Amino acid sequence: MLRQLAARSLARRSGAAPSGSRLLHSTRPVMADVTLTVDGKEVTVPQGTALIQACEAAGATVPRFCYHDRLAIAGNCRMCLVEVERSPKPVASCAMPAMPGSKVFTNTPLVHKAREGVMEFLLANHPLDCPICDQGGECDLQDQSMRYGSDRTRFHEITGKRAVENKDLGPIVKTSMNRCIQCTRCVRFANDVAGVEDLGTSGRGNDLQIGMYIEKTMDSEMSGNIIDLCPVGALTSKPYAFQARPWELKKTESVDVLDAVGSNIRIDSRGVQVMRIQPKINDEINEEWINDKTRYAYDGLRYQRLTTPLVREGDKFVPATWEHALETIRIGYQNSGAQGDEVKAVAGHLADTESLIALKDLVNRLGSENLTLDQPSGDAPPVTGVDVRSNYLFNTGIENIEDADAVLLIGTNPRHEAAIINARFRKSFLQRGAEFALIGEKFDSIFAYDHLGTSAKDVADFLGGKGKGSGKGEFAKVWKEAKKPMIIVGSAVTEGKDGAAVLKAVSQHVLKNEGKFLTSEWNGFSILQRAASRAAAYDIGFTPSPSSASVKPKFVYLLNADEIEPSSIPEDAFVVYQGHHGDLGAQFADVCLPGAAYTEKASTWVNTEGRAQDGRVAVPPPGVSRDDWKIVRALSEVIGNPLPYDNVHQLRDRMWDVSPTLVRYDNLEVPSFEIQKVGLNLLSSLSASTPSSTAFKKPIEDFYRTDPISRASVTMAACSKAFTKKEYTFSDEESGDKQASFA
Amino acid sequence: MSAVRSVLAPLRRSALAGRRTFTSSSSRRSESLFVHRDTDYNNPSERDCREPTDPVQIPFEFDAENLKRANEIISRYPPQYKKAAVMPVLDLGQRQNKGWTSISVMNAVAKLLEMPPMRVYEVASFYTMYNREPVAPNFLQLCTTSPCQLGGCGSTKILETIENHLGIHAGQSTKDGKFTLIEVECLGACSNAPMMQVGDEYYEDLTPETTIKILNALAKGEKPQPGPQSGRKTSENSAGLTTLTSKPYGPGEFCLPEFQ
Repeated sequence: MLRQLAARSLARRSGAAPSGSRLLHSTRPVMADVTLTVDGKEVTVPQGTALIQACEAAGATVPRFCYHDRLAIAGNCRMCLVEVERSPKPVASCAMPAMPGSKVFTNTPLVHKAREGVMEFLLANHPLDCPICDQGGECDLQDQSMRYGSDRTRFHEITGKRAVENKDLGPIVKTSMNRCIQCTRCVRFANDVAGVEDLGTSGRGNDLQIGMYIEKTMDSEMSGNIIDLCPVGALTSKPYAFQARPWELKKTESVDVLDAVGSNIRIDSRGVQVMRIQPKINDEINEEWINDKTRYAYDGLRYQRLTTPLVREGDKFVPATWEHALETIRIGYQNSGAQGDEVKAVAGHLADTESLIALKDLVNRLGSENLTLDQPSGDAPPVTGVDVRSNYLFNTGIENIEDADAVLLIGTNPRHEAAIINARFRKSFLQRGAEFALIGEKFDSIFAYDHLGTSAKDVADFLGGKGKGSGKGEFAKVWKEAKKPMIIVGSAVTEGKDGAAVLKAVSQHVLKNEGKFLTSEWNGFSILQRAASRAAAYDIGFTPSPSSASVKPKFVYLLNADEIEPSSIPEDAFVVYQGHHGDLGAQFADVCLPGAAYTEKASTWVNTEGRAQDGRVAVPPPGVSRDDWKIVRALSEVIGNPLPYDNVHQLRDRMWDVSPTLVRYDNLEVPSFEIQKVGLNLLSSLSASTPSSTAFKKPIEDFYRTDPISRASVTMAACSKAFTKKEYTFSDEESGDKQASFA
Repeated sequence: MSAVRSVLAPLRRSALAGRRTFTSSSSRRSESLFVHRDTDYNNPSERDCREPTDPVQIPFEFDAENLKRANEIISRYPPQYKKAAVMPVLDLGQRQNKGWTSISVMNAVAKLLEMPPMRVYEVASFYTMYNREPVAPNFLQLCTTSPCQLGGCGSTKILETIENHLGIHAGQSTKDGKFTLIEVECLGACSNAPMMQVGDEYYEDLTPETTIKILNALAKGEKPQPGPQSGRKTSENSAGLTTLTSKPYGPGEFCLPEFQ
């Protein structure tokens, strides 16, 4: 049955000839509903649904190891056996499609015995090392053997238990292969989602083992997910090895800020320390995955922190009280004599929305419009403008990109700028046969793409239907025939000097092909932001007025601004740095104010789609550091221009006034079709110079070191060495402890 | 009895001192290695980062004739399922590479079939007839499955004979590099038990004497006559034919005259 369905879905896709070779496993097309009975309860599911899902829908729990609803079906653990009427044997419910009218039983003596038997087989070769296993407490095998297993074993193998040597997959994944039950979830994830086609199974039968066959690191920015997927303790986390037990941890649901995707996370903390970060399921954003930076940069929260206000005296920083520090700022501000636009505020990648609002209000009250961002040409008003949201957001929506059939990437490397979105691209590449093309710097991709050029000129040429891209290309044909085409412009392009020219060319193309790009259910024009605070900054208008760009500032306020160009800060200006890490920005400061990191404050984050999400407090900020907006509020009082909000509710009321979208949490508010068109018309009438042939450059050179938190992280340093620089030293097989020595 | 035990108790305690182990089951290791380790005779021709201390690279490329044959094999499959040809092409590579599949052979196959190398490693490590370690020109595969163990003089005897004659055990090669001996499972010539395969040829109905004769001939570089060594034809009854003994009648015989 499955094979028939697979063949049918293949036939359906055979229109595009090369796409057929991509899939290791094909998905089933959704068809009519079927009704069946599970444990006497009638349930209706779409045809082609796996029996295990039908059982779940009927409220019956079916134990499983290899089955995972986001991965291809393997059917090799046999734990999900259920009884089906008129079937001579118990059937593996994950690999059996739900059939109309069948009667399924999940709670009969036969099923119990089958599960017990399977469990006995699985445990025959499983070491009894639960007390020293990191999976203990969250181990599927442990839980299910308690629930479904027998209390004794009949296996007394004289030859002993299977012994498999450990694999060294790099600085993130720790392996203990004796514990492996060969469910192959990691293999399926690596191949289908992460795009690491090097992981597989070697050998056969009892000697089958998971690995790469040759000695190799798992070179993927998504590799940490196989730790979550592993139902046993075979793949565990190296940085977290022997750090904590799951039942000791406090779990706080929050939002990741190390890229602009806004992946949902669960922060596990013990006392005042973040112990680990796990993904939280959100089908609209990150599904069930997070990237390795999100997962492992947390140890950066322990190092290089600003824990007390610092005041510069001569060439060194001296710890000070809040009172002294704020007073120093007041005196510094007055002595600098800054008037109007000479007060400059710079917001960085990790500034939360609350503090952005507070700082903008404060600076505006001081008579300045000089609100800038720490990005190239952040001193000038953005070319996208901030009047129409759809001009700087990822309008297509993360969930919807799976529907795109042709994607044009302009000056962006989604693998590093938004790894989660990149995983969606691979999904649509494999399952839908979407075609991709890139104009910009080449990168090591997990989907195939046509490289059409490198510069703004190539963009204009391709979209204008001339140049090499359109003439030679297969892609040009695909692009013309595409029903749901999509253009993604990287944030680095809009910040570059060809930004206006590219946006103009793109918006004109979109308007010309309005019927395909801009319909009530599809918007094919997207900007991919790479910094967590950027969309919010644009939403609240944290941008300079045209005239302020030329003013030489006398008073500079750096809010988490660590990507600044040092030359943009005049020598004689008075500089305040507010942030949580002593990174680049702090070096220029006269006064450093210790803020809270994203795990330590309740704050709002707007992701690249424009979706506002609620970050929650997992641990208290260290030392005397404070919530960022409160610092700005306190400073406003000292300077003598108090802001009109005293608590976070009043502040969020203010945010509502600025833009209601900022406080409608988890809701994606898409601008209407008409507004989007207005925005595109604005872009198409930009006054732009002729597009140059200067090649776009990737904004992120090292994925593992992009912000103050990841730069302070030891794990990220190890990853950078292993994956970016490819200088990983494989540990000796025998010295298992050496694996975790850096953690 | 209890007195004896109390005398023995301190003794036992002292014997166990310093041995406070908990019981653990013994480990059963796999018979062959299912991961690749770089050696001076087997290492890939391409690698990302190579240290100066690494052994020399041993590349592999299909020669013109085999490449032609490989392309012919690939053409039997639909173009998007090129990887379906992995098994015959691996065999081709093994034949070109002196009877064994080195890591470079697997990489060459992966490159030719445009598939991730790991998919080839999976196939090559799954099937036992891809030899992932070098074998000698005379590759003796002795069947030791039940029918061969029971038939004729029994494969155990043949195994002993070969081991004694060559001075090696199953799974080893002779020092002169002429012979490799392994035990294999059923090769499907049960009616001619015991049997062994040398290269592509079957030598059947073995006795210790005929086995030694074959080994001597192979050592000299000759190729003994394959098939049953007892002199019978294929798998005919060794005690002589019991049926179909008379001359078979020709066409038209016993037919009506008009058809003769």
